[in-house]
Amino acid sequence: MPGCNNNSRLSAEEVQELKQICRYVRKMIINTVADAGCGHTGGSLSEVEILVGLYFRIMNIDPHNPSWQERDRFVLSKGHASPGYYSVLANRGYFYEGKLADFNAIDSMLQGHPCMVKTPGVDMSTGSLGQGLSAGIGMCLGRDKRGLDFKVYVLMGDGELQEGQIWEAAMYAGFHKLSGLIGIVDYNKVQLAGTVVETLDLEPLADKWKAFGWKVLECDGHDIGEVVDTIQKAKRMSESGPVVVIAKTIKGKGVSFMEGKFQWHAKAPSESERKLALEEIDSCVE
Amino acid sequence: MKIGEMIAPRAAFGDALVELGGKDQEVVVFDSDVGTSTQTARFKGAYPDRFYQVGIAEQNMVAMAAGMSTLGFRPWVSTFAVFLAKRAADQVRVSIAYPKLNVKLNGAYGGIPTGKAGATHQSVEDIAVMRCMPHMTVVCPGDAYETEQAVYEANKFVGPLYLRTVRCPVPIIFDKNHLFEIGRAYTLHEGNQVTIISTGMMTPKALRAALELEKDGIKARLIHMPTIKPMDEEAIVKASKETGQIITIENHSRLGGLGGAVAEVLSEHAPCKLHRLGFPDCFGESGDNEAIFSKFGVNTECIISKAKEMIKC
Repeated sequence: MPGCNNNSRLSAEEVQELKQICRYVRKMIINTVADAGCGHTGGSLSEVEILVGLYFRIMNIDPHNPSWQERDRFVLSKGHASPGYYSVLANRGYFYEGKLADFNAIDSMLQGHPCMVKTPGVDMSTGSLGQGLSAGIGMCLGRDKRGLDFKVYVLMGDGELQEGQIWEAAMYAGFHKLSGLIGIVDYNKVQLAGTVVETLDLEPLADKWKAFGWKVLECDGHDIGEVVDTIQKAKRMSESGPVVVIAKTIKGKGVSFMEGKFQWHAKAPSESERKLALEEIDSCVE
Repeated sequence: MKIGEMIAPRAAFGDALVELGGKDQEVVVFDSDVGTSTQTARFKGAYPDRFYQVGIAEQNMVAMAAGMSTLGFRPWVSTFAVFLAKRAADQVRVSIAYPKLNVKLNGAYGGIPTGKAGATHQSVEDIAVMRCMPHMTVVCPGDAYETEQAVYEANKFVGPLYLRTVRCPVPIIFDKNHLFEIGRAYTLHEGNQVTIISTGMMTPKALRAALELEKDGIKARLIHMPTIKPMDEEAIVKASKETGQIITIENHSRLGGLGGAVAEVLSEHAPCKLHRLGFPDCFGESGDNEAIFSKFGVNTECIISKAKEMIKC
């Protein structure tokens, strides 16, 4: 099988390897948005470990055959964090890394928000917040009717959870004890124009999901070992119903002058900021 | 179904879906607690394992159907037109139309007939909303017979498609000689003095108008336009050139629906005098269907008087 579906805990060596990929992805994100002069930097940097864990360790996929019917599915419900998504897909071999230079350009296969028709590896078009979890549920229904056995992973933003449709979907999946559905919340605490707490707080978030019939796991969303272990555990638990992983993250993670700042939600670094950011990411080698 | 028999298109839709479900195992149906009204409950009775009850959550339903279609199924989503085309418009747009997924959308209770439910449930803007969505095909059958045919054609068609049905009984005007094709206009009455272009349940009313006008010596051409998008532009241009004046009539707002679409074609390719019959820019109200149609000038009599007025001028 071409995927890398491994349930075992990561060795120290594997952790180092994944950390290196994360660093590389962060640099790709910075370069992609800086080249394009636009893009969602903060939420891309916060999702790196989650995406690297999924695509390099957890998901059963074949980058050479993106439409393989038995593959695990992934929906980036927080579609604006496309630079992070595209960087991981390119890194994983879905398309040539050089394509990232065309991000957001006219005629590019890499649109501002993910387009399943244009980009290999994208399982669902997203961009208008709140729709991805419903689409993921539909994939589960189709899977079950086809007698297939894949898992469906849906990554949501925290601000996105303010959308009512998320809770319509959560209620459906919880009520039907839908199996093989793993939601992940990139809980970076910052949305477009401010913090989540000052905009419309989500707490008690775990209790909300539990009340909707979901099992809830929490993890440090930047500890790659913990991220992989937690999502693997969620995958196993999802046999009996939907599971959500609340991953505590930092918006703009890895670049100190971006961390925790809503101003970097949708801002591209200038040339000098790009240089500083790349230097800082490089200097983080342990 | 016999010519002249009164049958509700929604009932024909419900029956056709059951028949389709028997032939096509890939058909699945999504409902948001209105199946006994839209008539998808008939499908539930026949194929409960392919019927998904999502509760009163139209947005979730639409995006769920999108997700399921990625596995190759042919989902039919059915709810009141007013909710499908507006409340879930963004889900239709982003999750279905943009990726061009193979989902069929049934807007039931199109237009005024809603069982006296009033303005909140009367969908007079759904054609306009759906028509301007890229990748969307919009079908509005004239009677129960054509509705049945449209269900089959829609299922064969690959891509997003909006099929509008109505709640009230409508006289049957078509028989087995009629072959519904997506994108084709049908001339139901020949004439050269004026053209009436109608869609949906207004076509039986327009047919009566054309026959009445004939008695008065007026030769009105009647074009039935069951596909609003893509529109049969050739038929419109020809009508403009050959009859010089056109009346449109629809169970929908005058803005953006059939009348709007015809006006776009005419102004660009063959300008002529045009009068649009349909709902003015206001909300509907409760009351008998025919009383409402009469109040807002959307019926056989209005076509006749407008046609006579245009011909005299």
